[in-house]
Amino acid sequence: MLALTTRVLPEFTLAIPGTLEEAVSFLAQHRDEASIIAGGTDLLIQMKRRIRKERFLVHIKKISGLNHIQYDDKNRILKIGALTTINQIEKSPLIRDKFPLLWEAAQDFGSVQIRNLATLGGNLCNASPAADMAPPLLVLDGKVKIVSSKGEKIIPLEQFFIGPGKTILEHDDILTEVLVEEPPPRTGTVFLKLAKVKNDSAKINLALKLTLGENDVCKNLGIALGAVAPTPIRVRKAEKKLINKKVCEESIKKIADISAREISPSARERHSTVEYRKEVSKVLVKRGIKTCLRRIKQ
Amino acid sequence: MRIIKPEMKQKVSLKVNGDYYTVFVRSNKTLLEVLSNDLGLTGVKYGCGTGECGACTVLIDGKPVSSCLMLALDAEGKEITTIEGLSHGEKLHPVQESFVKHGAIQCGFCTPGFVLKAVALLRENSHPTEEEIRNYLIGNLCRCTGYAKIVDAIMALSKEMGGK
Repeated sequence: MLALTTRVLPEFTLAIPGTLEEAVSFLAQHRDEASIIAGGTDLLIQMKRRIRKERFLVHIKKISGLNHIQYDDKNRILKIGALTTINQIEKSPLIRDKFPLLWEAAQDFGSVQIRNLATLGGNLCNASPAADMAPPLLVLDGKVKIVSSKGEKIIPLEQFFIGPGKTILEHDDILTEVLVEEPPPRTGTVFLKLAKVKNDSAKINLALKLTLGENDVCKNLGIALGAVAPTPIRVRKAEKKLINKKVCEESIKKIADISAREISPSARERHSTVEYRKEVSKVLVKRGIKTCLRRIKQ
Repeated sequence: MRIIKPEMKQKVSLKVNGDYYTVFVRSNKTLLEVLSNDLGLTGVKYGCGTGECGACTVLIDGKPVSSCLMLALDAEGKEITTIEGLSHGEKLHPVQESFVKHGAIQCGFCTPGFVLKAVALLRENSHPTEEEIRNYLIGNLCRCTGYAKIVDAIMALSKEMGGK
């Protein structure tokens, strides 16, 4: 059915569980017909447009233990609860200090009104190829904790996305937490986003993490790009080429060229051509590496 | 576990502009619909319905949100402020006065959203730079005046409040 208006939402049954167990069992019972609602900033739009036709929504905001930003000093691991809003990330001094990449991406995320509603877990589970929080978490080798009727598991975020709007989550899986390790010293990070206007979703977004060793040789490099493939992706071939090499104008250009070959922008998306996005991805990769270098030396 | 079926009207108590209202709403009602249709607070506007234009902006516990993307049931227990809650009788809020003084209004449709955003911004940061103002106003669209006068109005008020 064609959506005539975005004024009204279609009808649905709302389930408000008090615990994760209740939520999981409800999801298991209703399978395809149920979805989790968190911030609602993606899901409700899709429902208004009749792109999604859930009969049941599971409202998880009453479940405790899903909204936190904790830092484990000993293991240098940051844990962010799935219901943490983008605004909470943007306002966290801890994240600004220790994970400036996440802070930078949160700043560039939608508008204030959206950041106050949208959650980190929702941004990942909605699995838009253009999700702004995905590239930063991919280059930081982030992991996600998933709870289901079978128990709990932790998997790398890189294995999480499988296509536009698709993740490995099964019907009764709930993403509960995101885990990220603090990068080592002499690491620079950057988030860059290209969009038509600032609160639009990205035409291309990029997160880059560069660690330098002795004599400014590249010790580690992570490049993740969004909106240029069916899922946000790491361009692993390009990354490998710079490891143990001196970072210079020539090597940066090479990395940018290889990155552009690893992506596969879709022709009908994001209001710009495949050629444009391939070309501009190179520019973003180059700019990203140079910005990281500058930040390491600051 | 609470299960709210589509045909069931749920009793919800909302605190809006300092007053308590009891309303009966279905699960699929957005906060925008309830404020505007049930409570008659028509300063909350339906613009795009998809969180892009900012016309439906309200403050929830002091923070701007798009009321078209929030379920009314979700607003229970929260402090909701709409444009109607800013003035005291005929005495306008300083942000409203500044908008009037600087001609930052034409048709007025986007104005409630802009004013509420400006109120939230100045509470967070009483002396924002022009860039900070423009950044904060992302997500509110004006199709009449453009943004210069709106930015001017906020800058001028910030100065009056003792800013740079």
